[in-house]
Amino acid sequence: MRRPSGTTIALIAGLAFLYVPLAVVIGYSFNASKLVTVWTGFSFTWYGALLADEQILNAARNSLIVAFTSATLAAVLGTMAGYAFARFGRFRGRNLLAGSIAAPLVMPDVMTGLSLLLLFVALEQTFAWLPGRGLITIIIAHAGFAMAYVTVIVRARLIGMERDIEEAAADLGAKPMTVFFGITLPMIRPAVMAGWLLSFVLSLDDLVIASFVSGPQSTTLPMVVFSSIRLGVSPKINALAAILIIVTLVLLALAAWMSRGALRMRPAK
Amino acid sequence: MQPVIAVESVSKSFGAVTAVNGVTLDVRPNECLALLGPSGCGKTTLLRLIAGLEAADRGRILIDGADMTHAAPYARPVNMMFQSYALFPHMSVADNVAFGLKQDGVKGDALKARVQDALAAVEMEALAQRMPAQLSGGQKQRAALARCLAKRPRALLLDEPMAALDKHLRERTQFELMALRKRLGIAFVVVTHDQSEAMAMADRVAVMDAGHVLQVAAPREMYERPASRRVAQFFGDINVWSAVVGLAPGTVDIPDLRLAVRIPAALPSAGSPLSVALRPERIAIARDPAPMGDCSVSGTIEDAVYLGMTCTYFVTLSSGAVVRVTAQNGEGAQTFSRGDAVHLSWRPAALTVLAA
Amino acid sequence: MNAAARRRAVLTLPWLWTALFFLLPFAVVLKISFAESQLSIPPYTALFERVDGVIVGLRATLANYRMVFTDSLYVTAYFSSLKIAAIATLLTLLLGYPMAYGIARAPASHRVLLLVLVMLPFWTSFLVRIYAWIGLLRPTGIINAALESLGFIDAPLALLNTPGAVYLGIVYAYLPFMVLPLYARLERLDPALLEAAADLGAKPWRAFLHVTLPLSRPGIAAGCLLVFIPAVGEFVIPELLGGPDTLMIGKVLWNEFFSNRDWPLSAAITVVLLMVLVTPIALLQLAQSRTLRRA
Repeated sequence: MRRPSGTTIALIAGLAFLYVPLAVVIGYSFNASKLVTVWTGFSFTWYGALLADEQILNAARNSLIVAFTSATLAAVLGTMAGYAFARFGRFRGRNLLAGSIAAPLVMPDVMTGLSLLLLFVALEQTFAWLPGRGLITIIIAHAGFAMAYVTVIVRARLIGMERDIEEAAADLGAKPMTVFFGITLPMIRPAVMAGWLLSFVLSLDDLVIASFVSGPQSTTLPMVVFSSIRLGVSPKINALAAILIIVTLVLLALAAWMSRGALRMRPAK
Repeated sequence: MQPVIAVESVSKSFGAVTAVNGVTLDVRPNECLALLGPSGCGKTTLLRLIAGLEAADRGRILIDGADMTHAAPYARPVNMMFQSYALFPHMSVADNVAFGLKQDGVKGDALKARVQDALAAVEMEALAQRMPAQLSGGQKQRAALARCLAKRPRALLLDEPMAALDKHLRERTQFELMALRKRLGIAFVVVTHDQSEAMAMADRVAVMDAGHVLQVAAPREMYERPASRRVAQFFGDINVWSAVVGLAPGTVDIPDLRLAVRIPAALPSAGSPLSVALRPERIAIARDPAPMGDCSVSGTIEDAVYLGMTCTYFVTLSSGAVVRVTAQNGEGAQTFSRGDAVHLSWRPAALTVLAA
Repeated sequence: MNAAARRRAVLTLPWLWTALFFLLPFAVVLKISFAESQLSIPPYTALFERVDGVIVGLRATLANYRMVFTDSLYVTAYFSSLKIAAIATLLTLLLGYPMAYGIARAPASHRVLLLVLVMLPFWTSFLVRIYAWIGLLRPTGIINAALESLGFIDAPLALLNTPGAVYLGIVYAYLPFMVLPLYARLERLDPALLEAAADLGAKPWRAFLHVTLPLSRPGIAAGCLLVFIPAVGEFVIPELLGGPDTLMIGKVLWNEFFSNRDWPLSAAITVVLLMVLVTPIALLQLAQSRTLRRA
């Protein structure tokens, strides 16, 4: 047998490092004991307790509403911006727009959160817009940073896509709108869908920004999870964490399955 | 006869690069016009200007006499076959062909019939439901062709139509394409960098270089009477020598050949510099001196290249000049090898006089 | 509609959105950073004094900035954040580089799967991933329990709420951001280059040092910046995995805002943090626009 190389070992170790903690959480979510570290038997107790927790269910509903709406908004805005960057060449303010859209990708969440909150307060003071804040302000905040991801993904896809396919459509008599909706959009659909999904997951995941901009009645799931974690490890949170991990995996598998068709359509190079 | 496409003094620059520089060109009804030139000469830009995919900086483009200089690509009655074919990867062959017709509002049975006709014209009916990714290179080309033809364009613009095909497919495809064109009776404008492709397909060839059209002529005329040294050199292999008009009327001195030849053409005054060109296959090569009356020089074989049907010899003369000679291989043909002493001869009429 | 009008139409919405929800907020933050804290709604003074809607005076103070630059808490927090982020970035690179290299050199059929495996945790909840480590690291956690039952230790080790746990958390959470750009770079590296180096007599490690490493530098730069910038302002990791003495500016800002309700000071902290991060962010923009142009 060939001796495994250093990089193979690093790869295996790195993957173990990534997955072992998650596996432990999922494993212990089925622990019957209230003590988190002592295994006493297999049980769904904590899943039951989770489903009976009004606060968590309410927060989960809020999170889903926010994630769905903001991801959809981000997909529309990000597709427009990504299209502009890939197809318009130079235009006035291109660098400023590119920087402003991309900055939230890396900007620490505390900065994004605080600045948006101060904006929302100022808008409320000055124009009485968005009074009291709530889910709508979280949706706006999430759509903003998610748009950055969609823009990057859509732009990369469009740059990789030969422009002559769109030109062929124009040459065959299609007007710009028809070209976009009939040719461009179907071809970048996997990218837009990936962007939407990423936006959805990121929104579902965000604690810091939501904590800043949410109103008093609009608690999201990460906010509930965070306050319980601060109080310590609990089996109920193990169960919730396990559900979150599994839901994400199922969503991703679904996305991968859907994009298989898209991959098959791609022209052979 | 009104040209299908008239390009009038059209220029187009990209930044500091002038891709097309004051080009004037007509495409006649039913003809196949080849735009021939090295890469970067502006031939593809010219095609895209005609299609409306680029906007001209100056000049006019008329299609069927109507000014289309500023018309959008979708409003022009010409269609383009892209080098990559640009088939829509998410649509079947039939949907690709139907796309252009739907833009014109063709619906229902009429749409079906026209898609069917276009597919039949390229013998692709059987593959109508395939996706582009499931087609071979040749099938993709035919699908792209059908997509353009379905629109019944006034002219078809083809950008390097053979570039994406395997070499062995090209010759047959050229032939099929020309047969199709004659049957349909529409004008073709073909962009190519391949001189033999241009000669095989085109009724007329426009040779382009650095944004200019150097000469427009039928392939035979272009080959036998190139207008300039550049065209001569680009269009097939040729020997070109510098020369001066001799003192005796009707003669030209060619220092490289140490030869004064009588040329049956109008010449400028004695002492004027010019160039003389001679195709390598017009030269006879032999061990013995040539019969009287022909121009003749002697030299040594520098290199011999066997190419199957022909041999190409590079013959060094006493002046040091190297002459390229192509000889047919065949029964009884003499062959030579490096170092052989040979005599070269040709008829004076084979020489072409070019500007210096 | 002509081409120019179409472009404007497509650009209007992204422009409006970023102007309103990205550029304007920074203007507001900047404005409030010059205000004074007061007990009211909102809890800061107005910058412009108005009488009957007419601006009669400007009330701006530099007190918040004086505080940020002189109070040892804030100065220490900035430097400590930069230090922690830098060390964590280096650790992430040390783990991420061999992983990216391993994936890039794996058989082509395995590459996508391996890449997906690296990216997958990034898609699962960030909070859950940090939470998982609490379960492992705390005194009664799995690691301590295992070590104790194996007889290596008598008393639980203090693993949680330590600087080490913070480094661990950052490496764990941001590893995919390091691996992805590195992989993108290494995957495009022509194996013939290494073969040529070997053919010319370079031993593998020399070939790595003089060929692979220099050619992957853009990937290293992008990966490090993608980890470093958000790590500087990280709040959740120091809050949950760090101890009371783990000082990071994101945590300080959070407390200043939520516990002390000092909005103007929080705004000043944000402005200074932006100043600190503006150079690395600009560098990242530059690196990414270069990569895109080359693609």
